[in-house]
Amino acid sequence: MPWYAPRHLEEALALLAERPGLIPIAGGTDVMVDGNAGAAGREYLSLAGVANLRGVSETPLGLAIGALTTMTEIGRHPLVCRHLPALAASARVTGAVAIQNRATLGGNIMNASPAADNPPVLLAYGASVVLMSAMGSRHVPYAQFHSGYKETIRRPTEILGEVIVPFPPDHAHHYFRKVGTRRAQAISKVGLAAVLAGRPGSWECVRFGLASVAATPILACALAAAITGSDHSVPRDEELAEALGRDIAARDDIRSTADYRRRVAINLVREALAPWRSQGGFDASH
Amino acid sequence: MSNRSGLQAILAVPRVCPRKRGMKWVEDGTENALYTSMHDDTWGARVLQEIPLRKDGNEKVRGTARYVADVSYHGMLHAATVRTRQPGGTVVSITFDDHVPWSEYVVVTAKDVPGVNAVKMIEWDQPVLVEAQFRHAGEPVVLVAHPDPQALARAVAAIHIDERACATAPVFTIDEALRPETRRIVADNVYRDYLMAKGSVTDVETTTDLVFEGEYQTGAQEHLYIEPQGMIARVEDGVLIVEGSMQCPYYVHAALVAVTALPEDRVRVQQCTTGGAFGGKEEYPSHIACHAALLALKADGHPVALIYRRGEDMAVTPKRHPSRSRVRLGASHDGRLRFIDIDFVIDGGAYLTLSPVVLSRGVIHAAGPYRCDNVRVRGRAVATNHPPFGAFRGFGAPQSIFALEVALDGLARALGVAPDVLRARNVLVPGDISPAGQKIGGPLDMQRVIDQALEACHYHAKVEACHRWNAQGHAIRKGVGLATFYHGAGFTGNGELTLRSRAGLRVSAAGVVEILTSTTEMGQGMQTTLSRIVAEALRIPYEGVCVARPDTRDVPNSGPTVASRTCMVVGAILVQAARKLIARLCADAALPPSYSYEEFRAACARLPSSDGVTIITADYQHPAGRDWDESTFQGSPYASFAWACYVAEVEIDTTTGEVSVLDFTAAQEVGRVIHPTVAAGQIEGGVVQGIGYALFEEVRFGADGQMANNRVTNYIIPTSADIPPIRALFQESRHGAGPGGAAGIGELPMDGPAPAIINAINAALGTDLRHVPALPEHILAAMEGR
Repeated sequence: MPWYAPRHLEEALALLAERPGLIPIAGGTDVMVDGNAGAAGREYLSLAGVANLRGVSETPLGLAIGALTTMTEIGRHPLVCRHLPALAASARVTGAVAIQNRATLGGNIMNASPAADNPPVLLAYGASVVLMSAMGSRHVPYAQFHSGYKETIRRPTEILGEVIVPFPPDHAHHYFRKVGTRRAQAISKVGLAAVLAGRPGSWECVRFGLASVAATPILACALAAAITGSDHSVPRDEELAEALGRDIAARDDIRSTADYRRRVAINLVREALAPWRSQGGFDASH
Repeated sequence: MSNRSGLQAILAVPRVCPRKRGMKWVEDGTENALYTSMHDDTWGARVLQEIPLRKDGNEKVRGTARYVADVSYHGMLHAATVRTRQPGGTVVSITFDDHVPWSEYVVVTAKDVPGVNAVKMIEWDQPVLVEAQFRHAGEPVVLVAHPDPQALARAVAAIHIDERACATAPVFTIDEALRPETRRIVADNVYRDYLMAKGSVTDVETTTDLVFEGEYQTGAQEHLYIEPQGMIARVEDGVLIVEGSMQCPYYVHAALVAVTALPEDRVRVQQCTTGGAFGGKEEYPSHIACHAALLALKADGHPVALIYRRGEDMAVTPKRHPSRSRVRLGASHDGRLRFIDIDFVIDGGAYLTLSPVVLSRGVIHAAGPYRCDNVRVRGRAVATNHPPFGAFRGFGAPQSIFALEVALDGLARALGVAPDVLRARNVLVPGDISPAGQKIGGPLDMQRVIDQALEACHYHAKVEACHRWNAQGHAIRKGVGLATFYHGAGFTGNGELTLRSRAGLRVSAAGVVEILTSTTEMGQGMQTTLSRIVAEALRIPYEGVCVARPDTRDVPNSGPTVASRTCMVVGAILVQAARKLIARLCADAALPPSYSYEEFRAACARLPSSDGVTIITADYQHPAGRDWDESTFQGSPYASFAWACYVAEVEIDTTTGEVSVLDFTAAQEVGRVIHPTVAAGQIEGGVVQGIGYALFEEVRFGADGQMANNRVTNYIIPTSADIPPIRALFQESRHGAGPGGAAGIGELPMDGPAPAIINAINAALGTDLRHVPALPEHILAAMEGR
């Protein structure tokens, strides 16, 4: 099985330019559990040894997170914990502890599963990604990255190099909750991340990212519009549900039902909005 | 952690004084030979004071234990199975693509079976390889082997089975099976129809104050043992040797003899380290062993390994029987049960296998440990086009106990009586007659078990606290639920009589005592438990006893490793063997009546024997007065029961319908604890499996009737993060038929968690859930419908 393991980014990009069929692999926690990982004809580009694609740094735009940064590193990193607590939380519930030691943020994005744990958070934080190739780099808003079920806009000669997450507004409310099948080592039935700042009539930031309710991780734009469009209060539950219904396309599958996903998604949205509810029967403290 | 908590739990239990109770037991006339001979205060006084390490602990902790997939032979072939795809039909033809060099391969079909093409559990109905007709998807048709696993995969892809489907639609549920116009798999689609009756329900139902009715369902459950099933077969010196992961070496032996038509002494079966079985390695290993053997015989005796992958194992091997129970309970206003009327049905799948015995255990346990003069339990096992359902820890009892215990909470609500009060009012006490007609004797006291459980978890205070909390309208709701039940140890009815088990001891001149038994270690602690029993009986240190590998060449047939029978039945046989050994040592080797370990070993060295080894065997002795009438389901179905009260405390997040079990209390009367850590481990493990059964584990069937979520990512079992502290409490009144008064406990803890948890959820939410697994999807829907 052909296995390329470059040490330098330029080397990796040059290899990929020559052989665009190479399958990039980092921690391998998704690639290796594929039953066909060893199938004839597959060639891998291991990024594990490539320098400078790992770690978290503070930039004027926000935090820059190297694609090879592991879940364990993200879950514990002081900058992430301070500025992006929802991302620290999602990293800590991605797979098992042993998986978190190998699994990378870039891998979690590139695997492009609609059930992935970190993408909803990145969507809610308004992240962008840096795609690198031998021809140069391009910045893409993460909300435009997933183009279909298990599909992305990455070109075959590109690798995902970095994720840029802007600093959320001060005093923003960071929400993340994964509803899985059990407390650990679960694949989500519904995941919701929200970054909310301001108040009805003067919202600074309203963004909801969701997992497992559509063919891709999604940014709930209709829901956000319904909230920002409501001048004096948080919209009523029925309005929220109607708006969210336009954002999501939940389905029955081996892990849950469309009905449960819709129900829980709206319950989580209500839970995220609880601090802005003056009244109205919803009493989950958060 | 579990060891400590288990130990503390045991130390916290006040020991009961056995003298008074022993007298009562004998007066009742229900004693058995073992009880009278073993039940004395000195039994257990020596060895049982200590808590030695597990016999198999070292190799498992170090990772040196060899499971079947770790075993390899020079020139070994790897094998695979090609199966039917449709849920019933006829194999029209088998095509082998030309591009594969078939001469390199060993290929076996039904034509290559020299003996009987069936494995008999109860009837000869399940073929080893499909000849033409088949009943479910996943039945083996072609076996193929090659030294190179990749070449094997190419061959599997080049074998095509042309199937003609049945004209009628397959049946996949109990209701479909019983509907008269659906496909018939066997006559009326009913394998067995049993009735356990006492008194007359009809006579009292019109005069009963209150009648509660409900229908209850339980799903299938996958065992998910550590290693998938597998066997390696080879011929050595004219003997067919098959080794692998199994519970019952002599079942495998019998199947091989029938299928290969070889003489018994030319077939040898050896158990490899087995990482859990839970019943899942009771029936199916016989099939895999026969498959591997057929290939090895056709390959001129070369070793052939047939090791299942996880997905294949989950799709085709047996699971717990799904069930449906219609329960009617009649009670007086003061909460006394006037009648119990149950229609209990289990889905047996496409072949009979051992469904009749699962059914009979389910029927006998269906009416619970309650006093009731009028009982009618009808039990049926039906045929569907699923792969056969089979043995799983509890064996029919978890299904019927679930229905009764959840119905009892429904009755309690209808009566306005607290669930614990309703149970206390009806639970059997010594002198009562059980629903199966068995006189309850002995020193045990179920009320004491209930009290112990309730006190240990501060039940009444918790119930109050939950009420207060729930009244405050939080998104989190809390509840407490309980279940009381018993579980019979050993084969049902006359099963032990039929088995006629034998076990033995092999003593070397150096005084090393080896236990000879076909009972297998599969993680449950059999080696440790039996070693302690023998050490105690011989009055020698635990370290002086070990267990020989289950190998049919060397060990007698002590029966299958099932039915909570190891400690009670095999342990008792070994005590007899130990006594015979002492008698022999006294008679032939001048062992003094009272002896030290040195004197014991010296006497062993003096034992006259031809090859320096002495083997002593003993046979099962059926307790006097233990009769069972299979036709009426009346008599004494089990030599002893373990009795229990389990309490679950749960929290439900109404945002998601997710349930957290916060605390679990498992109190049981087990007669005698032989090894505190092993016993607590059995209880804790069973409770975990029961939590999975209640809340997580859903077997989903595809359109072909096979398990569709046959991957560990999609078949969800609880992780340690989902498990609460488990308080395992023991009472030891020495009422059991086993050594020192022990009963069996292996299956007991599987019975209680599901009803206790569902009762707790219903108490928390005001819902009326009547099935397991109760998934968050169902709980949210139930909250809406309440």
